[in-house]
Amino acid sequence: MKTYQCIVCGFIYDEAAGLPEEGIAPGTRWDDIPADWACPDCGVAKADFEMVAI
Amino acid sequence: MTQPIVIAGSGLAGYNLAREFRKLDRDAPLMILSRDAAGFYSKPMLSNALSGNRTAQSLVMKSADKMAGEVLATIRPQVEIASIDPANRIAVLTSGERIAYRDLVLAIGADPIRLPIAGDGASDILSVNDLDDFARFAAQLDGAKRVVVLGGGLIGCEFANDMLARGIAPTVIDIAAWPLGRLLPEAAASWFRQQLEAAGVTFRMKVSATSVERDGNAWRVTLDDGSILDADLVLSAVGLRPRTVLAGAAGLSVNRGIRVDRQLATSDAHIHAIGDCAEVEGLVLPFVMPIMHQARALAATLAGKPTPVAYPAMPVVVKTPACPTVVCPPAANAEGRWHILPAPDGEGSLGGGIEAQFLAADGTLLGFALLGAATARKQALTTQAPATLA
Repeated sequence: MKTYQCIVCGFIYDEAAGLPEEGIAPGTRWDDIPADWACPDCGVAKADFEMVAI
Repeated sequence: MTQPIVIAGSGLAGYNLAREFRKLDRDAPLMILSRDAAGFYSKPMLSNALSGNRTAQSLVMKSADKMAGEVLATIRPQVEIASIDPANRIAVLTSGERIAYRDLVLAIGADPIRLPIAGDGASDILSVNDLDDFARFAAQLDGAKRVVVLGGGLIGCEFANDMLARGIAPTVIDIAAWPLGRLLPEAAASWFRQQLEAAGVTFRMKVSATSVERDGNAWRVTLDDGSILDADLVLSAVGLRPRTVLAGAAGLSVNRGIRVDRQLATSDAHIHAIGDCAEVEGLVLPFVMPIMHQARALAATLAGKPTPVAYPAMPVVVKTPACPTVVCPPAANAEGRWHILPAPDGEGSLGGGIEAQFLAADGTLLGFALLGAATARKQALTTQAPATLA
């Protein structure tokens, strides 16, 4: 499980936790999130996220 | 030779415009001017950096050199525009250097508002508005135990919450009756206040600081009710004022911010403004989401496809982990009133959070505020809320 960070606002997507409030189940891999998904905090596109080490 | 598009400012607005522009145009020369070192960092992270153990250095995601390669731009750190000559499309730096531009984009941000406060310590009051400010703040915070925060709005509350991670006891002062006064109705704000107080933040509402005096390595803050607070650091977070002086001196139309139309053009067709310095059809919105919409629209316009900016409903996340909060304030002229709903936590009480809806007389949702567990309703309500700028 990896963690990804929005390079614009710092929002973190944790694959293990998912985003249940947005309908993304815990354990959902980053690759399986739709390409048109956007950062819930600032609206940047999925392509603007970067992987961060934890 | 083609003159470059010159972006003044290397904050979120400036760099995101550059990134969006390069998705559309790889060839047009681009230059970015910065008053600081021009490293790319995310300003919203300044107010939750302490709990993340971040330093000014580690907040920089990419150096100016790296950004120059990524957005194919000439980046000029540590320079400042002294004046603009719109008729000849020239920006003059404080050094005297003259830079000719094809188009100029002002993404120069806003200055922290300074309250009129007396005393020999007034000039020691810190504001954290950029990375260099944060470095000063973090250095002075070393060993601090008592911090007075002037301003109980979004930024003041975020910093207060963040300082708890350092074992600091922050006291938030505001003349308003409740915290997040412009964003929350009273019932929601009371609950918000209780959560932050339970976590260790002290609020002193309906008071203001009249003077700050030096007292050795600390400061004595006198309030207008006569009480005195001792502090190891005084932080001011009472709002921002868009930087308009440069634009005004160049003859551009300014009001609260630099006035721009839906294509983000100032009163001069070759000068645009975005971000915290810009006033778009009367709206000054110093948040990330409007900046992203502006950057995308202006990138398209500068790449040859005139594109007006539009804002959907744009909820703002208040980064207070002691009380997760999302607000989508009603428009300034919205007519309606707040309705408080208990959160769907099964308890039928306010224990799990608060959902507040700002409804028109006919029941139309015009804005909302979600606290605690109710923040899970963000997406559902955002789709129902009206566009900020349709």
